[in-house]
Amino acid sequence: MTINWKEWIFTTDHKRVGVLYLIGSLAAFAVAGVMAMLMRYELHSPGPDLTMNPNDYNVWLYFHGAAMILGFQIPALTGYLANYCVPLMIGARDVAFPRLNAFSVWLFFAGIVMALLTFVVPDPPDLMWTGYPPYSIKTGGNTAFYTFTVLLIGFSSILGGVNFLTTVFYMRAPGMGWNQLNIFVWSIVAAFIIQLIFVPVLGTAVTMLAFDKYLGAHFFNPANGGDVLIYQNLFWFYSHPAVYVILLPFLGIVFDITATFARNRVFNYKAAVYGGIGGVLLLSGEVWVHHLYTAGMPDWLRLGQMVSTLLISVPVGLLMISLIGTLYRGSISFRTPMLYALAVQFTFLIGGLTGIPLAMASLDLNLSDTYFIPGHFHYVMAVSGTFAIFGSVYYLFPKMTGRMYSEKLGWAGFIFTFAGINLVFFPMMIAGLYGMPRRYFDYEQFPQVAGLQNFMSIGAVVILLGALITLWSWIDGLLKGEKAPDNPWGSRSLEWSTTSPPPPGNFGAKVPEITPDWHPYAYGSR
Amino acid sequence: MLKRLLLPILMAWSFVAVAAPAIQDPARGWDRLWHQYLVDVGIIFVVFAGIGAWFMLRYRRRSPDEEGRPVKLSRMAAVGWVVIPVFVFMADDFYLAAKSWQLWSMYRDVPADRLEVKLESAMWRWEFTYPNGVQATNELRVPAGKPIMLRMTASDVVHSFYLPDFRVKEDSMPGRVTYLWFYPQKTGEYLATCAEYCGMMHSKMVGKVVVVPPAEFAAWYEGEAKKLAQAKPAPAGG
Repeated sequence: MTINWKEWIFTTDHKRVGVLYLIGSLAAFAVAGVMAMLMRYELHSPGPDLTMNPNDYNVWLYFHGAAMILGFQIPALTGYLANYCVPLMIGARDVAFPRLNAFSVWLFFAGIVMALLTFVVPDPPDLMWTGYPPYSIKTGGNTAFYTFTVLLIGFSSILGGVNFLTTVFYMRAPGMGWNQLNIFVWSIVAAFIIQLIFVPVLGTAVTMLAFDKYLGAHFFNPANGGDVLIYQNLFWFYSHPAVYVILLPFLGIVFDITATFARNRVFNYKAAVYGGIGGVLLLSGEVWVHHLYTAGMPDWLRLGQMVSTLLISVPVGLLMISLIGTLYRGSISFRTPMLYALAVQFTFLIGGLTGIPLAMASLDLNLSDTYFIPGHFHYVMAVSGTFAIFGSVYYLFPKMTGRMYSEKLGWAGFIFTFAGINLVFFPMMIAGLYGMPRRYFDYEQFPQVAGLQNFMSIGAVVILLGALITLWSWIDGLLKGEKAPDNPWGSRSLEWSTTSPPPPGNFGAKVPEITPDWHPYAYGSR
Repeated sequence: MLKRLLLPILMAWSFVAVAAPAIQDPARGWDRLWHQYLVDVGIIFVVFAGIGAWFMLRYRRRSPDEEGRPVKLSRMAAVGWVVIPVFVFMADDFYLAAKSWQLWSMYRDVPADRLEVKLESAMWRWEFTYPNGVQATNELRVPAGKPIMLRMTASDVVHSFYLPDFRVKEDSMPGRVTYLWFYPQKTGEYLATCAEYCGMMHSKMVGKVVVVPPAEFAAWYEGEAKKLAQAKPAPAGG
């Protein structure tokens, strides 16, 4: 296999930009995964194990969180998947602004490099991905890396938002109506509306942080008239909606995979789109205070946002009904992408239901900032998002590479990762019920969780095995896979109507014309 | 507007709570509500996961060319599949919100007959100051059977005072005063630990609450006050 490097570096083709995003985000995932393994080794027994210096642990944890969210999940879902799928799904030849697109992927790579500098500077950032002041201002760790990583990746995401909204609004194939869009396309529209509204708020917050630390401003310094809670509010005003920037695209692609492998219409399509995705979009900006239930916010605000947070269950419930309903009277084939999609239904269900007590302000007074929180958000966002991304790589593998992966290796990788995440993150929630707080280097005051901690570390090894098998299955498919047909899954969606891999310009001489009765999920109507 | 509406309701509710004769322990309320929550979501989990698993078994692909036989929803059915679930979910949401609000009032309305202690947290210790000026570090000695209220602030970064056994935590931070209360009834030692990331020794920011019989507490409290008075140089000091 020969690679023309120049073509890849200067590419403006959305498919190649998508693959570049995939490579960058998987690299961030790998490094952040190594950090997770280091932490699990450190925690496998009470007392210092791997390092004597708690600061090392804090840096690993900072990098794990920041890289997984900003470097892996958001770029993989709104960079790789959006780039690869959206123009193909809507029957366009490329995105609206291809050169802007190429610029945004290289901005993203600059952000990844900036984040990786963590490991070479003498004062690595230790402020956690939340970066709460005054700690982030008083620490000897390097807060500037955090600020500029967020600014670079955030700017890249804003460019993506402008690009994809324009693409979906103006470049749909002739005749394609709004109700004929794939659910994934809808989810990308909603995710980028959220990004465009809220990313600037995060940019402002982290910039104020750098001003406070390096230029002597006092935004968050109460001694000079500032307020420490302003940052927490600004941060979560972006970072809770950011959860939906991850959630909506991963559910979107899970819808597409589920419909394809169940060969079935999405159950109650309009309820999922307008009720589910639209509802999440509407509520996304009114729930951030549930991250501040223990931060001394006014009672009326805590209680008001308790109600709005609980109401998130309404649109999410509609999405779940449509997702499970898509299996009803389907014809389900258990290929690897479908395994991951079905696993997301399970992990997302557990994650969603364990979010309810965290929405209930009074129950949160005990659970907040314990291991229950990372247990919950790994299920609802980290694992669900990662499984959707893994599933999508298998799903698009024939289209992206023109080759088939090995189903046996795919299954094997899935079984290990699925078993592993349950071995790690369910016990994590139980440890939270014992009161074990998160972000602890050591836990000598909690002897009762030592067994659970050890168990979780073993589970982490199982996940590692699964991840390695998965990576191997991709390399194996890339090098030795059989040639893939254009439409190996028998999908009705437009991305499968072109060759594998698609030519530059996607659709040969003529873009498809869409008739009013065409639908990406029109199964069972032969 | 929201604030105007909520405050009177909240005040009315707190009046009811304060007027109730016995002091209710929020920690026990937490345990009760947690069990109700487990039942509530247990049902939802069984319904969703059960239906999903049944569909997976029932609708396996039997031949390579087979396609699904999707149901065509009538307009009424499509609307019904929105309105009815929305109604059910919202009913459960409001039920849980009401339950949570009730417990919230218990957590936030401190009984009038209480011992108020000031807490200043710092990297990485808890400094307590009793009403009579007695100070203690990392060890809060309290009498059994009396509600204890902490008025908290911090001298450097954000910390969170967490008492797992009393099911309560609240952040303490520079420039703001926050509070929590708990109701120690049994004598013994209880863990206090920091729950908000505060740097290198975050996991070692440990203290304890020592609950002693009221008579023992009174003796200790007065003894400490005397020691304090003796230690202070006569009025000239400052």
